[in-house]
Amino acid sequence: MCLAAPARILSIDDNIATVDYGGVETKARLDTLTEDVAPGDYLLIHTGFAIRRLSAEDAEETLKLFDELAAAVAAEEASREAEESPS
Amino acid sequence: MTPGFHFADPKRGKALADAIRILAPVEPFKIVHVCGTHEVAITRNGLRRFLPETVDLLEGPGCPVCVTPARDIDTAIAMAKAGATLCTFGDMIRVPGSEQSLDSARSEGADIRTVLSAADAVEIARNESIEVVFFAVGFETTAPMTAAVLLDDPPPNFSVLVSHKVIPPAMAALLDLPDNRIGAYLAPGHVSTIIGVEAYADWLTERKLPIVIGGFEPLDLLYAVALILRQHRDGTPKVENAYPRAVANEGNPAAQHLIAEVFEIADVGWRGVGTIPSSGLQLRDAYAHFHAGPRFTLDLPEEAGEIPGCRCPDVLTARAVPSDCPLFGTRCTPLSPVGPCMVGTEGACSIWFRYGGRESL
Repeated sequence: MCLAAPARILSIDDNIATVDYGGVETKARLDTLTEDVAPGDYLLIHTGFAIRRLSAEDAEETLKLFDELAAAVAAEEASREAEESPS
Repeated sequence: MTPGFHFADPKRGKALADAIRILAPVEPFKIVHVCGTHEVAITRNGLRRFLPETVDLLEGPGCPVCVTPARDIDTAIAMAKAGATLCTFGDMIRVPGSEQSLDSARSEGADIRTVLSAADAVEIARNESIEVVFFAVGFETTAPMTAAVLLDDPPPNFSVLVSHKVIPPAMAALLDLPDNRIGAYLAPGHVSTIIGVEAYADWLTERKLPIVIGGFEPLDLLYAVALILRQHRDGTPKVENAYPRAVANEGNPAAQHLIAEVFEIADVGWRGVGTIPSSGLQLRDAYAHFHAGPRFTLDLPEEAGEIPGCRCPDVLTARAVPSDCPLFGTRCTPLSPVGPCMVGTEGACSIWFRYGGRESL
């Protein structure tokens, strides 16, 4: 029910965007959206309404967060192991 | 999937799985999520295999159609039988009411239609001179759309049967159930897109447990679980946003405004759980003329009690997993469901049945 998927804006007419939703062209209402958007932007769409603008930069940022956490935890573990078994 | 927004590469997955293994708690630790879309992503991707033996991850009341009271379904059916064209989301159609589902009422001739959006139901009302009722179910993600169509001057032959619910009060209520040692919440991503990170802050200060908002890609979920386990290990419970590309601190103010304009908070019933204070939405007086109830004379069946042998109430409150139920996969299957959790495509039992259930740990 809370499924929402990214779609790219093709054009905007008043409060309705025409979007490319994984290869399918469909409409999405924009009255549930806070941000200003333009053709080319990505939207998160839920039951025919846009709920959030998505950006490629934020997606890149997400990958960085994953890498940072994994690296931080691995580094903690390595230093703990080094303390436990000094060679 | 749109390129650039699919996060499932195996190298990062392994790095996050390693982090989860390192952060594994010694004592049993129970993480609960409250989102059917999360359960689909977790089960379909087999993510439970990456959890340490000490960690359980369960779906609570995350399937909106599963927690919709049988009485609301009875009411929708009675409206259709009284002449309404009843429109609702596909998930809702087969969920049993007290005597029957919308699907079986349709087979008896009631005009019951599946829509993908509240706006589609309004379009039907605009194009046909029939009384159209939109049976509005769903959490904060879906409620703004119902509000938006009511504020957009729908035709007089359009009305709504509101069964919207809000999630944070249900999360709080679950913590107070006996024998329900919830260690942490994996908070729902798209509900949080609407309500924001700040919506969890108030009650967290009293509860002191990790609440991490998670996305829906495999890496999003592994990342969220790792953050939960790190908070738990470090003894630093807080609200953390593991889905910042879709969730802002303040949420979506436009959508929040739509909800607040049209609805007010009410005490409502959750199937399998009971009445939870301040956990639902009802139309404000200014919009009460859109309420479908007064437009029809309803003939309601006797309200059904609990279903014998069905453990949906325990599954919906995160006190059991589907395979704990003696009916799961035997008497109760998606083709012949006994309880609501086997019907809704986001019900835990339906998901476990479709995707092979739990990985052995």
